[in-house]
Amino acid sequence: MAQISLKVNGRVRMVDTDAATPLLYVLRNDLELKGPRFGCGLGQCGACAVILDGKAIRSCITPVNAAQNRAITTLEGLGSSANPHALQRAFVEEQAAQCGFCMNGILMNAKALLDKNPSPTADEIRTALDPILCRCGSHLRVIRAIQRATAYA
Amino acid sequence: MKTRAIPRRELLKNSRALVVSFSLFGPATRALAQQFDTLPLPPGSNPYNNPDYLDPTSLDSWLAVMQDGSVTVFTGKVDLGTGIQTALAQIVADELDVRFDQIHMAMGDTAKTVDQGRTAGSNTVMRAGPQLRHAAAAGRAELLKLAAARLEAPAEKLVVAEGVVRVDGSPAKKVSYGELLGGKRFNVKVAAKGIQTGLDVAPEAHVKDFKEYKVVGTSVPRVDLLPKLIGEFTYTSDFRVPGMLHGRVLRPSTVLSKPASVDKNSVRGIPGVVKVVQEGSFVGVVAETEWAAIQAARALKVTWSTPVAKMPATADEVDSYLANTQSFVDTVVVNRGDADAAFSAASKTFEATYHWPFQNHGMMGPSCAVADFRGDKVTIWTGAQGTFTTRDRVASMLGFPKRNVEVNFVEGPGCYGRMVCDDAAEDAVLMSRAVGKPVRVQWMRADEHAWEPKGPQQLMTARAAVNAQGHITAWEFTGRTFPWTEAQGTPQLGERQIGQKSTAPLPGSPVGGGAIEQIYDFDSQKVVGSYVDWPQDEPTPLRTNPLRSPGEPAGFFASESFLDEIAASLQVDPVQFRLRHLSGNQRATETLLAAAKQARWKDRPAPAGPSAGPKAAGRGVALAIRGRTLIAAIAEVEVDKTTGNVAVKRMTIAHDCGLIINPDGLKFQIEGNVIQGTSRALMEEVKFDATGLKSLDWKSYPVIRFKDIPEVESVLISRPELPALGAGEPSIVPVPAAIANAIFDAIGVRLREAPFTPKRVLTALRANGALPAAMKRPSPEISGT
Repeated sequence: MAQISLKVNGRVRMVDTDAATPLLYVLRNDLELKGPRFGCGLGQCGACAVILDGKAIRSCITPVNAAQNRAITTLEGLGSSANPHALQRAFVEEQAAQCGFCMNGILMNAKALLDKNPSPTADEIRTALDPILCRCGSHLRVIRAIQRATAYA
Repeated sequence: MKTRAIPRRELLKNSRALVVSFSLFGPATRALAQQFDTLPLPPGSNPYNNPDYLDPTSLDSWLAVMQDGSVTVFTGKVDLGTGIQTALAQIVADELDVRFDQIHMAMGDTAKTVDQGRTAGSNTVMRAGPQLRHAAAAGRAELLKLAAARLEAPAEKLVVAEGVVRVDGSPAKKVSYGELLGGKRFNVKVAAKGIQTGLDVAPEAHVKDFKEYKVVGTSVPRVDLLPKLIGEFTYTSDFRVPGMLHGRVLRPSTVLSKPASVDKNSVRGIPGVVKVVQEGSFVGVVAETEWAAIQAARALKVTWSTPVAKMPATADEVDSYLANTQSFVDTVVVNRGDADAAFSAASKTFEATYHWPFQNHGMMGPSCAVADFRGDKVTIWTGAQGTFTTRDRVASMLGFPKRNVEVNFVEGPGCYGRMVCDDAAEDAVLMSRAVGKPVRVQWMRADEHAWEPKGPQQLMTARAAVNAQGHITAWEFTGRTFPWTEAQGTPQLGERQIGQKSTAPLPGSPVGGGAIEQIYDFDSQKVVGSYVDWPQDEPTPLRTNPLRSPGEPAGFFASESFLDEIAASLQVDPVQFRLRHLSGNQRATETLLAAAKQARWKDRPAPAGPSAGPKAAGRGVALAIRGRTLIAAIAEVEVDKTTGNVAVKRMTIAHDCGLIINPDGLKFQIEGNVIQGTSRALMEEVKFDATGLKSLDWKSYPVIRFKDIPEVESVLISRPELPALGAGEPSIVPVPAAIANAIFDAIGVRLREAPFTPKRVLTALRANGALPAAMKRPSPEISGT
């Protein structure tokens, strides 16, 4: 076990855990966050995505010690019900989720995309989100919602 | 008679006797077709008439009025991520005359809701909708009775809006529902008969005419989306109880035999491991942390004994088994007219066989449940489609009265039929019982891919006779498949591992494609759904369950491809050819024409003809029915003749499901069905061999991704005079056929086996010569005589 310091959504949090534990389990079980989700544990689906130093990464295959003292943003860090992020607002307006289980990965990757490219084309969005799986078929609304969000930024 | 490019039928004819790798079982006639949304019950039994069930004749079982005037609606149905709670709330809001935001839905908890049957079969709005509407109408009448007494006015003088009752003409005289009944019970009986989806609630209650609806028919935004999008929503996998431990199961990705040895020392060094649970053939680990449970499950050395059951080596072997094994039931959907006369008088006859593979539901999150076993009671939190089914199975497994098992619904990832069978709940119960503490079990990805019950492989054969006028005079269609065993109340994985025997299967609903008789008016028709038993002494990863619109995407792939093959052979436009056989079916005609108009369909026969360059464009149409919902699909594809890759560019859907509750919600269901259907048609196929399952993650079982998503256009045909007929599944049904027909239009090659992978396209092109000259021949591989 090791004392590990994490900077999550702007707050410093100390956790006592095995340093090899994937970041996902620490965020979900030690810090009780519900945004990042377990989908595959293999880095294949994107449901576990968080933003680490500005880059969307797969927390299910990232050991917690690799995230030590680096800025981690989770879905909770994007916005709240009182003050949703432009993306969250646009996704509600476009009604762009069905079961919503994959939406963490989609939103975190969309955020990373908009941070680099504030007005992406539909093709650029498709390319950026291609590694993220969605099974309900919300893709078309997701593309529209991201484009809508650019107007709010 | 020409030889077809894909001689599957010949393969089946020639396959020698029966395949030895399957355990064989004599034919038996069993019960008649059973909908999997209603469990088998003894005839005449009333499951509600005992303390295991909430009483549907009590109005308080359905509605509770709060002091603030809001209304909680209790329903045994659950929201699987389709937004159904929003649709049901719209129905109740209209009937009760309250605002939509005054309705709160309480769903699925076995101790708090009436068993209305599983959430399956696109039946929630269709069946539970009227049940809740009538309960709400009875509630409104009761509230008006109370208001009449309070306001000292006759009930017929009262008007209601937003849950406030006023005396017509004296607006100052008013009282709210909250003031009338807030926090108190109705203590009123309503009539109720039937069970589950067939339950008839308060039939005498006066319900509104559709012309009075204010909330139904509008695109009310979904109530669950913001919490889901900001990380506040609690999915099954987020659910926690104090003192909870973490469990993982160990199951090989092949026949589930008995463990010959379990080396408990192999997990000694892992801190936090609480127990290695072994009961019968069930093996699991429980640990204080999730990561410890995962590490322990990986480290635990288990040697599995030589299996008794066997896996088939190939999909062809399974087809041979389907073709050559006596079916245990043949559901004759229709058998009318004189086929023999039609065939002997025919100017052309046609015959073809189609194949559909095992497919996954592919939940984005694997199975997960929490169980808390306490002495003679157990509480479960799960995302099951049938919480009462989970309860009954667990009660049976433990030998408990049903009332001692409480199952609470916590929404999981979209499941598309998978959660009709709730394996993780049983796993969690077994492990909680073993350690005496609440246990959360989550399957790993390979567990889910291996052990989710699959949508079964299907084999379909069709024959038709056509007269000199180019009219189909005889149509014979047989679909052969396995019953959806895991949905039928048979013991599931955990139970079977601790020694309960699998029960005999029941047939599912008529094999997909059977409902074609409800669309076309062929003079002679014989449609049969045949179910082949597949008993296994041990569970195999090819166990079967309903998968979104069970059987029908495959069935209509066969029947609507076959129709297209005939149209092409006759050199008739595919839309016109269908119209030729739709006389008298106004809804089907209008649905087909609506899609054709929206897609700017121009009449001409398929195929389109030679294309310049490596890419060929094509369009294809398919018409289908699911329940009473009609759907027409027009696919536009681009086929790369050098790589074999099929890109679906656009799908147009015309959809008639009667009364539309929420137009935007319906459009979204259509988009989802088209995208999932495109994925299933183009790339989804469970891979296996004699050693076990080979599709164990998203790389070995690819599904569609953002770059390949087609544009979707939908035409919603509104028929408010009809009941709401169901929309969660129907629009997936015509998608594979429309794509197959569009591929033929593009390259002149017919694919009779799904999925339409680049390899299959290239193989078919090669078999066909792949020459532009060959493409000028209409339907070159069809067996027209």
